[in-house]
Amino acid sequence: MSEAASAAAPDWRSRLVAVPAGTLALRAAVTVVVAFVAVWVAYKAYGDPRTFVIVGLNGLTLAGLYFVVASGFTLIFGLMRVVNMAHGSLYMLAGFFALELQTTLTGGEATSAFGSSQAGLGDWIIPLVVACLAVGLIGLVMQQLFLRWNQGQELRQALITIAIGIIIADQTLAHFGGIAESLAAPDAFPESVHLPFSDLTYPFFRIFVLLVAVAVGLALWAMIQRTRFGMIVRAGVDDRQMVSALGINIQLVFASAFFLGAMLAGLGGVLGGTMISVDKANDTQYLLISLIVVIIGGMGSLAGAALGALALGLVDSFGDVYLPAGYTNYSILLIFGLLVLVLAVRPLGLFGRPA
Amino acid sequence: MNRSALTMERLFWWGPGILFALILLVAPLLFTDFYLSQVITKALWLGIAAASLIFLAAYVGMVSLGQVALYGIAGFTMANLVEADGGSPIAWNPWLATGVGILAAVGAGLFIGAIASRSYGIYFLMITLAVGVLTFYFFAQVTQLSGFGGVNNVTRPGIVSNPVTDPQNLFYIALGVSAVVFLFVRYLARTPFGLALQGVRDDPSRMRALGYNVPLLRMLAFGLGALIASFAGIISVWWNTRISPGSIDLSRTIDVLVIAVIGGLYRLEGAWVGAFVFAALDNWTRGLDIVGQRFNTVIGAIFLAIVLLSPGGLMGIWQTIVDFFGRQLSGGPPARPTGAAGEAQHATDSPQPS
Repeated sequence: MSEAASAAAPDWRSRLVAVPAGTLALRAAVTVVVAFVAVWVAYKAYGDPRTFVIVGLNGLTLAGLYFVVASGFTLIFGLMRVVNMAHGSLYMLAGFFALELQTTLTGGEATSAFGSSQAGLGDWIIPLVVACLAVGLIGLVMQQLFLRWNQGQELRQALITIAIGIIIADQTLAHFGGIAESLAAPDAFPESVHLPFSDLTYPFFRIFVLLVAVAVGLALWAMIQRTRFGMIVRAGVDDRQMVSALGINIQLVFASAFFLGAMLAGLGGVLGGTMISVDKANDTQYLLISLIVVIIGGMGSLAGAALGALALGLVDSFGDVYLPAGYTNYSILLIFGLLVLVLAVRPLGLFGRPA
Repeated sequence: MNRSALTMERLFWWGPGILFALILLVAPLLFTDFYLSQVITKALWLGIAAASLIFLAAYVGMVSLGQVALYGIAGFTMANLVEADGGSPIAWNPWLATGVGILAAVGAGLFIGAIASRSYGIYFLMITLAVGVLTFYFFAQVTQLSGFGGVNNVTRPGIVSNPVTDPQNLFYIALGVSAVVFLFVRYLARTPFGLALQGVRDDPSRMRALGYNVPLLRMLAFGLGALIASFAGIISVWWNTRISPGSIDLSRTIDVLVIAVIGGLYRLEGAWVGAFVFAALDNWTRGLDIVGQRFNTVIGAIFLAIVLLSPGGLMGIWQTIVDFFGRQLSGGPPARPTGAAGEAQHATDSPQPS
């Protein structure tokens, strides 16, 4: 395996270098696996197109949620090389906090465990905004108090965020109880929509999450590619010291990016809490999801996060339904397989660049 | 460094270690059965688990968060192969099942190592953590292997008597395995293979230039780490007499990491020191009202304090003390300018091949 070639030359020129037989065999194996999966899904889709559409939409909307959460994780890593292991805890905290706020605002009438009852628009928006800001602030404080003076020490920073993640998760459960419940969606939204060209209906809120994800993706892309702030961020990723030598306050950029990244975990927490539920296992679950999305996509890459989220969402959703009956509880192996497949071919992820 | 400072330094490291070992040898005479089982034996197998992490971190520069998953694979395989409540209905000889469990963990370790060994530093940490959490979800979902609520009343080999009423045998087994693991890793570090691993830790690119197969070395090291972790997995199942998905969830992974960091991520003996502190704290805080159910907050806070104040953990603090006395004695420059903190710093920024 020409590790040097694949790690050091991520561009297309690396294709010009002759690849050893081992790599060719690996690529052939990967192609066979991908082709087999595609044929299996196509076969199942031909047999029952209605299920295919619904499961596909489930996968897409799930991918939207995963992208919102993981984009914050990858933003923070891309700029500061900090792996924020508290990301899942921040997600969970935002969910429980928003739920508590909504219950207070509506007097405890609108929310119900997994019910379809709806709250006023304000009763959903206010918790959303407050929870996002609160979690963003916690992220900011965490960065300023503990991470700022440990810059460049990747492992130490990861350990610090793990410690903070434990404390946040434990205190969240202590204060909010940890009973699985879902936030009520705003009543201004329709409950479900008719899909065009069919008689199928689909929950509107899930579509809304997908739209939010697309909007977040576009906004982040525009911010990074088109604004002065984004220009500084991109320059900071490449050469932090040079940027500060030019008289730019890089610390301010770091702080803003951390605030934004944590806020995205919060946004994900509220969206996920409404779409699925708020649960005491959310911290582990969404830390894992963030990790897998960025490992597949490549750390620090927005496009990679989108692709990783899409792959994970679809595998997650189709795996639960399309595995042969009796084997559906092995679906987690598919996610493991996805991880193995990507890492076997690209150790740094699909869009990963060497540090 | 003059001769007396060197002797002094050896005395400071080996003295407490030998004392510790002697106390442990006669521990059944000194402590109650409850304490022997719930604190000391538990600390010994937690120490073995942490030792597998520290071995990889200190000698190969791979900080792995997948060790708990590997010990879970050993434990679940063993528990499923013997007679037990829940899990598969197979009822093999406990020793055979133990061997197969260890082999399964080593196999899984080599496979995961093959995938993850081409990633370095923080990427490696993330990949092993992801694999570890996936393993937890796998056992949580596949109830054919984990029962509903775990595999209970796992049959143990005859020599492992009831760990609650008669904890002595299991204690000596855990102590013996700990000693073997410790001495084996110390020996390994002096063999050509161990030296190659340390070369990979310090500079993978240069090792590759010298003709070493770096991914292969890292993969083998990870397999070896899995072997050490599997011992902890087997003993933990004997000690608990059960195993459930909860035995290998994220908080267990973090517990083992906390133990390694409290003890000192870059000295092997730190594994057991950290484990004793952890097990004693766990036992002590259970009785406290203010802490109550919030053990995780306490552990998180201690963990945070250690990482912030002494990245070398308790062993790092001890190193500072030894260096201080060494300086006093020799009256010269510091006995060891790159102490544990320097080592920690170095391994933290493990280089990326480019």
